[in-house]
Amino acid sequence: MLDQLATNGHLIAHGMDWTIKEGFVYPNEFIYWSIQIVLYPYMTGLVAGAFVLSSLYHVFGQQDLKDMARFSLVFSLALLPVAMMPLLMHLQQPLRGVEVLFTPHFTSAISAFGIIFTTYSIIVLSEIWFVYRTYFVEQARALKGKSGVANTFMRGLYTVLSLGAWDLGEAAVAKDKKAIKILAGIGIPVACFLHGYAGFIFGSVKANALWMSPLMPVIFIMSAVVSGIALCMLTYIVIMEWKKFTTTLAKGRGDDSVRLIKGAEIDVISKTSRYLIGFLIAAITLELLDLIFRGYTAMKSWDILRSVMYGKDFMNIFVLQYGFGNLVPFILLILPRLTIRRTALALVLVLFGVFMMRWNVVIGGQAFSLSFDGYMHYVMPIIPHNIETFKEGLGGAVLVGITPFVLFWLINKVAPSLRFNN
Amino acid sequence: MKNHVLRPLFAAMALVALILTARALMVPSDFGVHGKSFTYNFYRAGAVSDWKNFPVSYKGGASCVECHDENAESLAASRHRIIQCENCHGPARNHPEDPETLTINRSRDLCLRCHADLPYPGSLRSELPAIDPGEHNPGEACVECHNPHNPNLEDME
Amino acid sequence: MKCSRRSFLKKGLGSAIAASLPLSSFKFLSPAEARAAVGDPAVRWGFLINTYKCTGCGFCVKACKKENKVPYDLPVTRTWVERYVITKDGEAHIDSPAGGRDGYTDPKIEDKEIAAEEITKAFFVPKLCNQCQNPACVQVCPVGATFQTEDGVVLVDRTWCIGCGYCIMACPYGVRFFHPVYKVAEKCTFCYHRITKGMKSACVQACPFGARQIGDLKDPDDPVTRAILTQRVAVLKDEYGTKPQVFYIGLDENVR
Repeated sequence: MLDQLATNGHLIAHGMDWTIKEGFVYPNEFIYWSIQIVLYPYMTGLVAGAFVLSSLYHVFGQQDLKDMARFSLVFSLALLPVAMMPLLMHLQQPLRGVEVLFTPHFTSAISAFGIIFTTYSIIVLSEIWFVYRTYFVEQARALKGKSGVANTFMRGLYTVLSLGAWDLGEAAVAKDKKAIKILAGIGIPVACFLHGYAGFIFGSVKANALWMSPLMPVIFIMSAVVSGIALCMLTYIVIMEWKKFTTTLAKGRGDDSVRLIKGAEIDVISKTSRYLIGFLIAAITLELLDLIFRGYTAMKSWDILRSVMYGKDFMNIFVLQYGFGNLVPFILLILPRLTIRRTALALVLVLFGVFMMRWNVVIGGQAFSLSFDGYMHYVMPIIPHNIETFKEGLGGAVLVGITPFVLFWLINKVAPSLRFNN
Repeated sequence: MKNHVLRPLFAAMALVALILTARALMVPSDFGVHGKSFTYNFYRAGAVSDWKNFPVSYKGGASCVECHDENAESLAASRHRIIQCENCHGPARNHPEDPETLTINRSRDLCLRCHADLPYPGSLRSELPAIDPGEHNPGEACVECHNPHNPNLEDME
Repeated sequence: MKCSRRSFLKKGLGSAIAASLPLSSFKFLSPAEARAAVGDPAVRWGFLINTYKCTGCGFCVKACKKENKVPYDLPVTRTWVERYVITKDGEAHIDSPAGGRDGYTDPKIEDKEIAAEEITKAFFVPKLCNQCQNPACVQVCPVGATFQTEDGVVLVDRTWCIGCGYCIMACPYGVRFFHPVYKVAEKCTFCYHRITKGMKSACVQACPFGARQIGDLKDPDDPVTRAILTQRVAVLKDEYGTKPQVFYIGLDENVR
């Protein structure tokens, strides 16, 4: 298949460049949903998880999460446009993507994207506005009279961002806090929808023997929250370590301020990791339940599914996802005397595990033919030789991976989310 | 200043207004439910006539007879009468204007489609006159001996 | 009652927004102002395949590709023919090289020799879009680009499809693919442009042996309808509830 490249000049059949067929596979079958479709639920999962984490503070008043909350809210915003990137890179007609807003066919799970994404964006942006309104107003006032292009630009930006709401009196600020609480509360189910519907996209495809399951939306949500919490915790740790490092450089090793940072850090981390463990248990329980049921009921598809899961994909599923991605971090987190280093390792493994879950669902679901008598092997394009192998290969994946951090850096210039002085 | 709380809501409403305006401009007016069900009949009505107007390429053997009467006659008398002219010669499209000539395919592979021997009990394939391509004049064009419009060797001129 | 400048501005802005929205922007459902005919509901297209008659010549696949301008050399096709060879050990040897486009000229399957004496039965199975009555592919299209006409054919609007591939994943029969040139979803249309003019589908016309037939299921005198009503016929994968409209005579249990 791979050596059967374009005989029609530059024309290719989508998927033939990265699909290797084995056994009897229908002629039109290729890996149509590749790395970008693996990344899309991963990114929306991070978005949902980050938002839920932030809401835990705003709605349920978990005081220990105060610092984390602001940070994860802004990070949730940085992740939001990135959630759309894999879709735009996957669509064969990306400029028509806006049609999901114009003519949504509501019988399709994907049609929910337009409305849910727009609603969720509005909620996150609004909540951030209320959180930062005071800051925007203060900045706009502080930059008044200052000269220079940058200052003038920033002053203009902050003025626009303030939406003309200049009142910083007690009553107004109290209204802000109330609005934040309400939005955080409404946002939780919407964030769950943003990711849950992705699970429904797969779970409702009756033609796919691996995907079809009512458990799919719930599994996706659970593992999404896991990944969101893990990413926020990890980024928080990295930033705190950097902060400790710079403080040590500035003030010397024995200085108390470093110990203070360290103390706050371990406190937040160990409390947040309790939530992480809870969702981790929920996610793995559901996945094992799905697997056990399939084996027990042994439908027509079971033979090929079993050969894929216990054979070809055994490493991907049981070793990488369940082993390194679930079991090892679980043990690392519940062992006593939790350290930052051990937590960081566990978090990296968790993020990897959630990625592998997306991979095993999306790619795994296309690893076997509809004929139940053949296999398709996905070879992710590393070096692109055309636009398609870039978009649907390593290039596109890396682009999606680094963009949230770039956006986060940009957003922080306007709405700083990292404050270390209590 | 009363109730700044609603400002983000106004911004959101403006966004929705923008989307709806874009929608009014960009969605064709014949887009909607054309039939009994939203599930299966939600589409742009013009798409149906788009497909009806797709150009026809294969005209059918009946349209070849007028000019190619000799070949058509001998074909009609042979066992190859069941094969459409265009199966071997390609689609007529607007022949003789465009294309001026159709291909004449003299390759072995064309004939082997039916006449390569495959021992398949129960399939019509095994009832067709067939040869083993490796044994029967390998490498030679079948048309060296067999007239495709009258393939029976006994009737050959 | 005090009308402050603020509240005046607020109300003014609100009504300005409301006035800028043309009423048609709220119209999701366009009533019967559809200018083009949406299919003739008096007809319901059905297809009949006789696997006893198919010889695997592949003329149907060739004709389809040329008629419908699907790139000839690429491994995607609106219709294809599968070969099944069942041997004495009960094993089914199955292949479909280039979808059967070049016919079947080699008894070897996947480079494996199969001795003639070992073969208990063998046959060819043409496949195409089943134009299901409850098409899963239409259900999952997020934008209404694929749909079912009144006469039962499932079509794709090439100007509207966004190329997400959900319909391709949702089809249990694997008949859909991305068109390499138009970059939208593509599949067999029963040659809608021909059948609505009284012609036969390209594959039906090309088949020398009458293994493929198309007809009107609403007409009791139609030969296809009569065959379905009087003979033992089957459809592919009926467990998915899609209600396929392509009927097979001689559909073997080995057929995938």
